[in-house]
Parts: sequence; structure tokens; C-alpha cells
Amino acid sequence: MVPLWMFLMVSAGLFSLGVFGVLSRRNAIAILMSVELMLNAANINLVAFWRYLNPDNIAGQVFAAFVFAVAAGEAAVGLALILAIYRNRQTVIVEDVNLMKW
Amino acid sequence: MDFNNDLVQNMVSIVPEILMTVLALAVIYLDLYLPAGRRQATVGYVAGIGLLIIGGLAALIPTGGNTLADQLMFGGMIRSDDLAKIFKVMIITVGGLTCFMGMGDLRLRYKSEFYAIIIIASIGASLLSAAADIVMLFVALETLSISLYILAGFIRTSQNSTAAEVEYANRSSESGLKYFLFGAFTSAFLLYGLTLVYGLSGGETSIYQIGPNLATSEHGTAVIIVALGMVVVGFGFKISAVPFHFWTPDVYEGAPTPVTSYISVASKAASFAVLTRFMLAVFPPEQLLDGLEGYSTWWVQLLAMTSVVTMTLGNLLALVQTNIKRMIAYSSIAQAGYALIGVVAIASDSSAGSGAAAVSFYMFMYVMTNTLLFTGIILFSNATNSETIRDMAGLSRRNPAIALGMTIALLSLGGIPPAAGFFGKFVLFRAAVDADMVWLAIIGVLNAIVALYYYLVVIKVMYVDRSPDDDQPIAMPAPYGFVVGVTSLAVVFLGVFFTPVWNWATTAGSDLFLR
Repeated sequence: MVPLWMFLMVSAGLFSLGVFGVLSRRNAIAILMSVELMLNAANINLVAFWRYLNPDNIAGQVFAAFVFAVAAGEAAVGLALILAIYRNRQTVIVEDVNLMKW
Repeated sequence: MDFNNDLVQNMVSIVPEILMTVLALAVIYLDLYLPAGRRQATVGYVAGIGLLIIGGLAALIPTGGNTLADQLMFGGMIRSDDLAKIFKVMIITVGGLTCFMGMGDLRLRYKSEFYAIIIIASIGASLLSAAADIVMLFVALETLSISLYILAGFIRTSQNSTAAEVEYANRSSESGLKYFLFGAFTSAFLLYGLTLVYGLSGGETSIYQIGPNLATSEHGTAVIIVALGMVVVGFGFKISAVPFHFWTPDVYEGAPTPVTSYISVASKAASFAVLTRFMLAVFPPEQLLDGLEGYSTWWVQLLAMTSVVTMTLGNLLALVQTNIKRMIAYSSIAQAGYALIGVVAIASDSSAGSGAAAVSFYMFMYVMTNTLLFTGIILFSNATNSETIRDMAGLSRRNPAIALGMTIALLSLGGIPPAAGFFGKFVLFRAAVDADMVWLAIIGVLNAIVALYYYLVVIKVMYVDRSPDDDQPIAMPAPYGFVVGVTSLAVVFLGVFFTPVWNWATTAGSDLFLR
């Protein structure tokens, strides 16, 4: 059987990719996609821990299902906000969204 | 682990949330059912009065019992104790007051969704303050956050909008986007931290089970500290602690002012409730572990540093602001720093729970004070179309009631008696001294003195400075008069007759240490 640490390595890699994407991308939609990668990394963690550590208690699986739902809601709201910006300014580049700064 | 299996007590513990769900549906239904002319006022009053009644009801609901097992409801998903109760009361009450504030805002009052989303955000916030399971915690946190992203970017343009309206809508959607990007990024950190905690504890989701499991686990300290750090990132964003505060000024400035008020009070209060509960349960101090060594020293040091940096940076940056909403944003960062002193004091506390009691009382006074302050700002900026501090000149002659209300609020934030902020700061600093952290209390006092300067400048501008519009009075519509009256009375009452609320907060604090 595949050992637990392999799953955790994949998950940590995916999470780091997501963090890198959020920090380096300028396009708001690409940032949103990177955040989804981070959430999926957490899901891999949850399901792997559930399967290997406590398979009798399905809380881990339930948690992963809730994360899907939250991620979908977050993506819907995020895309709506990006659309609202695009309609008025014809841009989705976050550096151009700079009416307010200190 | 034992839970409360009494079905009636289980249901009673979530009565406020059930009623709020019904109220949110009723608001949406009324919007479709009522004719267009009567719609706006009716829907706003139904939402506002409904939330105030539910808030009063939440104060009357009994807690689950006097042991931890009796208070854990729904298989440990939520905990029905006095800490949850006091935070629910303040969150739901300010939710109702925010609905009244929205009724006078010309850009919000025609949208019934505004009231429905405020109610849904309040459901998320009150469940968050009661969450005792990481699944519940995450879902409640996201219910609150996603509602607030929508509210921050709420303002839309239509084809016949004026240039000023387009500018206003642009700022609103910009603040929504910034809030969303920061929020989604940090909540992914929080979630990853929670999954690590789940794994390290051997697959447990109840925070009261995770604590002992972590303390007895064989994993190295390093990996647990990583999980702890990631969780602190998520909560730090919600309470706008430095260095996760960058969103705060932009979101506060750009969002519609009633929403700014709601973000600055309800979201922050609920996050402090969950921060207190989570840290104490998952990384408990020795006295909760029968002498086993927990990980409390790590987060106490981490949060003490965060507290110092947060209040200092917040106060220093507030000094140079010219926009009143931006100034209040930095002031609210500093206030989060003060409240963190109470959280820090919990773990190393000899008299169990005085830190948590101080946080509860401080947040109670803070939500009332900030609501009062933002109501004044809405009235002022509706009349003058300006949010700069300089334009507030002569406010005391244009409407003495608004100026008096804002003065009470500013004095309370600055910590001047008899306003509530004085007693709030006093109990926080006393909790720090009780916990052998005198240096933290001293830094807090020094910061309070710096903060007093920029609060007093606003009062001086309102009362002393002259403006050419001095003879043009500002009207105060009925809903606003109600909010200003209620919150002013609450702030003065909490400052003079603090005993009932302080006793309640003390019970809430000691509930956290129940076994």
C-alpha cells in the first residue's frame, strides 16, 4: 500500500504551487485558480489522514465534502466580483485595480 | 468523548440561528410579495426589528449545563456556553442595528438582498462564536466571509448613473475584490492548518479532543508549530492583526459604510470568540492537561508579539490619515491589538478566565462604540458627500446630536471615563498584569496615549473649527436616530454600570476552563 507520507508530499507540493501562483500571478482569475489549488491540497490531506488514521469516523470525509461546497461558493462570488470590476474598467489585472492606496 | 444527548436542549441551543434563517427567507419573500412603493421601508424594519428581537432572545436562552459534556451539542459540533451567548447577543444586535443603518443609505435601501445577506452573515458569525469542531468552525467562518465579500462589493452601476455614482461603485467593487483575494488566500492557509491539526491528532475533529491528543502525540514540536502558525494566519486576517492587515484600510474605505461598520464589529467579534476558544482548547495550558506540557507557551509568545506590533503600527498609521473611514480602519487594527492582550493573558492566567472575560467585555463595548461612530459618519458623509476629517468642521453646530454621539464614541475608543472604553481597557491591562506580563500592559497604556491624539483631533474639528456651511443643519432620519440613541446609551451604560455585563463576561471566561 502507498504510505501516508507520499500523499502528504503531493499535498504539500500542491499547496506550495498554489501559494506561488497567488503571489506571482497578476491576473485575478489566475489567483482564484491558485487558491483553488491550495484548497484541493487541503482536501488531499483530509482524505489521506481519514483513510490512514481514523477510517471508522467519517468526519474527515465529511469535512472534505464541505470544503468542495465552500470552494464552489467562493469561486462563484469571486468570479462575480471580478466580472463587476471588468464591466467598469475592462481589466482583470490586479495591479490596475488601485483606486485606493495609502 | 461525551456529548449532550438531550434533544430539547440541543434544539434550544440553536434557536437564534433557526429564527435568523426563517427571518432571512421572510425578507426575501417580502421583497417579492410587497408592491414596489412600500417595499423598502417594510423590509428594512422587518429585518432590523427581527434581528433585535432575536438578539434579546439569545440572551435568555439557557446554556447547556455546568460541565463540558453537557455544553457540547450536536455531537460536539457547537458548544452552548456563556462565551458563545455573550458574543451571539452582541453580533445579532449589531446585525439589527446595521439593517437600520442601511435603510438610510440611498444606495443600499432599495436592495432587499442587503438585509438578507446581513442576516446570513450574522448566522455565520454566531455559529462561529459557538463552534467546537473544526468542520463547524470552517463552515461558519466561510459563511461569514463569503457573505461579507458580497456585501463589500455590493454597489453596482446602471446605465444612467452619474460620474460620482460610478466612482463610488468602482471603489466598492475594488474593496470587494481585495477583501475576497486576501480572504480566500488566508482561509486556504487556515484550512491547511486545520487539516494538519486533524492529522496530527490522529483523525479527530472535536477541538476538545484534539488538545489532549496533540499533547500526548509523538510528533515533533516543529510540525505542530507549523500547523499553529497556519491557523494563526487565518485568524489574524479575520481580526486584522499586523502583518495580515493590508486589506483593512482599503476595504473599510471602499465598502458601503453600513457594511464597513458590520465588518469592523461583527466579523471581528466572532473571530475573537473563536480565536479564544480554539487556542485554549487545541493548544491548552498545563492546568487543562493535568500537568502535561501543552503548546500554549508558543502561541502566547507569538500572539504577544503580534499584539505589540498590531497596536503600535495601527496607532502610528492612524495618526497620518485624512479620510475618516481610513482612520477608523487603522484605529480598529489598534483595537484588535489591545484585545489580543486579553487573549494572550488567558493561558498564563492564575485566576482562570479573567483574560477571556476581558476580551468579551472589550468586544461588547467595542461593537457598540464602532456602530455609533459609523452611524455618525454615514449621516455626515450623506449630507456633505465627503469623508475627509477636515470637512467635519462645524458638525456640532449643524447637528449637535451627531457630534455628541461621535464624541462619546471617540472618547470610548480612546479610553476616557465615563465611556465604556475606559473600563474595557482597564480590565484588559489588569488581565495582562495578573498573567505576569506587565511589559505588555505598559506598551498598551503607551499606545492608548498615542491613540488619544488622533481621536481628540476629530473632536476638536467637530466642535472648534468653523466651516462656511455652519448654518446648514444635517437632518437625522428616524432609523439613524434610533441607532445613535441605543448605542450612545449602551456605551455610557457599559461605562458607568458595568457590573452586570462584567459579571456575565466573567462567567463566560470561566466557562472556557470547565472540564
